[in-house]
Amino acid sequence: MLNQKMFWKSSLMRLLTRNEKYEPMNAIFYISAAIAVVSTAMAISRLNAVHALLYLIVSLLSVAQIFFILGAPFAAALEVIIYAGAIMVLFVFVIMMLNLGPSAMETERQWLRPGMWIGPVLLSAVLMAELVFVIANSGSHPAGSHEVGSGAVGIALFGPYALGVELASILLLAGLVGAYHLARQDSGNQSEGEV
Amino acid sequence: MELLWLIPASPLAGFLVLTLAGSKLTRGVVSAVGIGSVGISAAAAVWVMIAFLRQKSAWNIFSQTLWTWLDVAQLKIAVAFYLDPLALVMVLIITGVGFLIHLYSAGYMARDEGYCRFFAYMNLFVSAMLILVLADNLLLLYLGWEGVGLCSYLLIGFWYQDPANGYAARKAFVVTRVGDTAMAVGFFMIYQHLDTLRISEIMSKAAAAWPVGSSLPLIIALLLLGGGVGKSAQLPLQTWLPDAMAGPTPVSALIHAATMVTAGVYLIARTHVLFNLAPLAMNLVAVIGAATLLLAGFSGLVQKDIKRVLAYSTISQLGYMFLALGVGAWSAAIFHLATHAFFKALLFLSAGAVIHSLGGEQNMFKMGGLWREMPLIFWTFLIGAASLAALPLVTAGFYSKDLIIWQSFASVHGGAGFYAAALAGALLTALYTFRMVFLTFAGPVRTPVTHRPGISMTLPLVILAALSLFAGFLEMPETLGGVHLFSRFISGSLPEIPIKEGLEHLEGIFEIVSGVVTLFGIYFIYLFLQRMPGLSPKLSTSAVGTFLNRFWLQGWGFDWLYDGVFVRPYVFFGRMNREDVIDSVYDMIAWFGRTGYSALSLTQNGQVRTYAFGIALGVAAIMAMAVLL
Amino acid sequence: MVTIPVSHGLLLAGILFMLGLVGVMVRRNIIFILLSLEIMFNGAGLAFMVAGSCWGQADGQIMFLFLLAMAAAEVSVGLALVFQLYHRNNTLDADQISTMRG
Repeated sequence: MLNQKMFWKSSLMRLLTRNEKYEPMNAIFYISAAIAVVSTAMAISRLNAVHALLYLIVSLLSVAQIFFILGAPFAAALEVIIYAGAIMVLFVFVIMMLNLGPSAMETERQWLRPGMWIGPVLLSAVLMAELVFVIANSGSHPAGSHEVGSGAVGIALFGPYALGVELASILLLAGLVGAYHLARQDSGNQSEGEV
Repeated sequence: MELLWLIPASPLAGFLVLTLAGSKLTRGVVSAVGIGSVGISAAAAVWVMIAFLRQKSAWNIFSQTLWTWLDVAQLKIAVAFYLDPLALVMVLIITGVGFLIHLYSAGYMARDEGYCRFFAYMNLFVSAMLILVLADNLLLLYLGWEGVGLCSYLLIGFWYQDPANGYAARKAFVVTRVGDTAMAVGFFMIYQHLDTLRISEIMSKAAAAWPVGSSLPLIIALLLLGGGVGKSAQLPLQTWLPDAMAGPTPVSALIHAATMVTAGVYLIARTHVLFNLAPLAMNLVAVIGAATLLLAGFSGLVQKDIKRVLAYSTISQLGYMFLALGVGAWSAAIFHLATHAFFKALLFLSAGAVIHSLGGEQNMFKMGGLWREMPLIFWTFLIGAASLAALPLVTAGFYSKDLIIWQSFASVHGGAGFYAAALAGALLTALYTFRMVFLTFAGPVRTPVTHRPGISMTLPLVILAALSLFAGFLEMPETLGGVHLFSRFISGSLPEIPIKEGLEHLEGIFEIVSGVVTLFGIYFIYLFLQRMPGLSPKLSTSAVGTFLNRFWLQGWGFDWLYDGVFVRPYVFFGRMNREDVIDSVYDMIAWFGRTGYSALSLTQNGQVRTYAFGIALGVAAIMAMAVLL
Repeated sequence: MVTIPVSHGLLLAGILFMLGLVGVMVRRNIIFILLSLEIMFNGAGLAFMVAGSCWGQADGQIMFLFLLAMAAAEVSVGLALVFQLYHRNNTLDADQISTMRG
């Protein structure tokens, strides 16, 4: 309990009273965190899929910013290239291919009644509260004091984690084959590989 | 002597032949097998008796082991027969009277559809009864005991188309089962404590192992007494016998008068050593006997059905035997058993002849004037009745019953109370017996005679009548010549009765008293029914008379009592538990499973979002546990 | 360098994860569900990163890389499934695609 009080006190102090060693990067962390939270919230509540995607890209970019602040520039680059780039493009691509048209907005509105939010939000709030409780009791340790560059990551990746890399590559290959197979359009009903 | 095995084997063979091939045999062959097998048995019994009596020294006990029945660890039980004077007397009664009754049945049942079935059951009964009395160990005795119970059940319900007969049969079976269970427990205890089931060993070991008055022999004796009480229809298990009259009359004569019902007396006499060790049990036997003979006597006074009168008189006479056993007059009890077998079989068979002649009429108030119509039956019935009522000097019943009355007072275990009960019983016996005689044979003809009994029915009657008159001369008191053939013979298996000091010379006075009582009873009922015929209806319509009439007619309300105390609650619980209360617990488990299944299958609604919600809920719960605990 | 308490980074990861969870539970459109799943992956990845940078080790970033590979495979298969489902049922409503109910 004492620990928890200390945590909140120190957080407030850090945020409000400009303490002895002012770090501009700290402020950037909190700003990008706020952007990430807000844009994510917008992303899950949009009716238009493309709008939601754009908010999500903003969120991902701000997370990439945080990665950078935490001293992981390689991860930040990957976040931008793969997440905000490749994966989101896949989404856009699918939305484009489905070609939902203007009626999609209306159906979304019907599906997304305000009352539906109550249960999930309450449940998530409970989970969040529990999470906060657990994190608050684990004590505060500063993060991002060292930079871990791409070199260190690469050495670890092809050193002790070589097997994991192989597994990841097989997973990606399986994803490729699966995606090809599942998305194939059968002409008529004479399909040889029904899923 | 070596022919001993043939005595029970012959009726058993007869039973097997009749059961397996009965449907293909003609009536003549069935009669030949049914009667012949018992005849062979009787002849063998006579042969064995002669051999037994001709032994040079004192009468040796003869035992014959046929084969080993069970051999498990220490428990070794042989199918073995054991012949001592007591068993010999029983065997002679069973085969002799049994043979006569079989002969009679050939005429009585001649027109019955189940002729073959009847003889098969009767043969099985004779065989089982012989096994009972000849058994060397208690297990074999139990086999015979249950065998006769089974045959009793089958023969009471012989005319099974009438549900009432089936009910009577079940009642007899269930009520005697109560006693049988007690007896079986008694056997278990004997084996547990004495490590043997052989009767002779039990008797010698028991006397050595337990002092007089200790508790173990008392418990065992009481349990055995339970078996005897059930089989011999004594208080409080007497209710089945009057209903057992539903069977054919020869069955009533053989099973429910002469032989099976005396098995209880036999059992107690056979295990008399145990009873000697438990004076309290002896006393109880005497009390039960005295109470039963009085209760049954009163009930016999008001019955309308001739067979029911005889049934109550049987209960009453068995009460005499129990009284004799209870006061230690073993030989008197067995003597009365023998004479009772003769005269009661005679009475039943004569009554059967009357019923047969009147086309199945059993109500005495619809009979009458038969002494002129069928004089032979009248004379045989009269002899039987006189013997039952113990008409002095000339009848067998007098000698046997008088012995009991005398010893109920004179024995060291006896007393004035027992004597008074016995004497009152004698008066009652005279009253109901001659009431029966006057109602049936005297007065105007009320139902015409349709047909007359043939030679196969009359011959056994004549023989039994002779036995009823002359069997008594085997044992006569000192004042009348002092013949002690029977008691000297039976003393080979049963001890003599010790008489109280200074009473020996009074025996004659007691005989005169009981003789006078009997004569007074006969004279009184003669006056009551013949001289003042108006008095009887007047008495029975008065308030007290009506009550007593109904009360005694139904046997002192024992049926009503047992119905209320045992049958109704049992039926009530049965009805309550029709759906099986215990089962509902298990049904609930099934219900729980089924409900759980349907409840859980509701969660499988196929909607991904719900599943996600469920996963989140589970995570929240687990984290809550981690946080809170 | 920055001195952000690790708990703050983890809290942000938790918030992102919860938002994604809410999206999964609320949205009926399958595309939005997949989108929300991506948000949840992202939150998890952030947690790895924060923890890794806390100890100054490369392991956090490596886990993030694996996560990235998994998310890529997942989204490609998932979107292919969306494509096929839309073709067969002509709807994107996850509630209507419930033929596997018990």
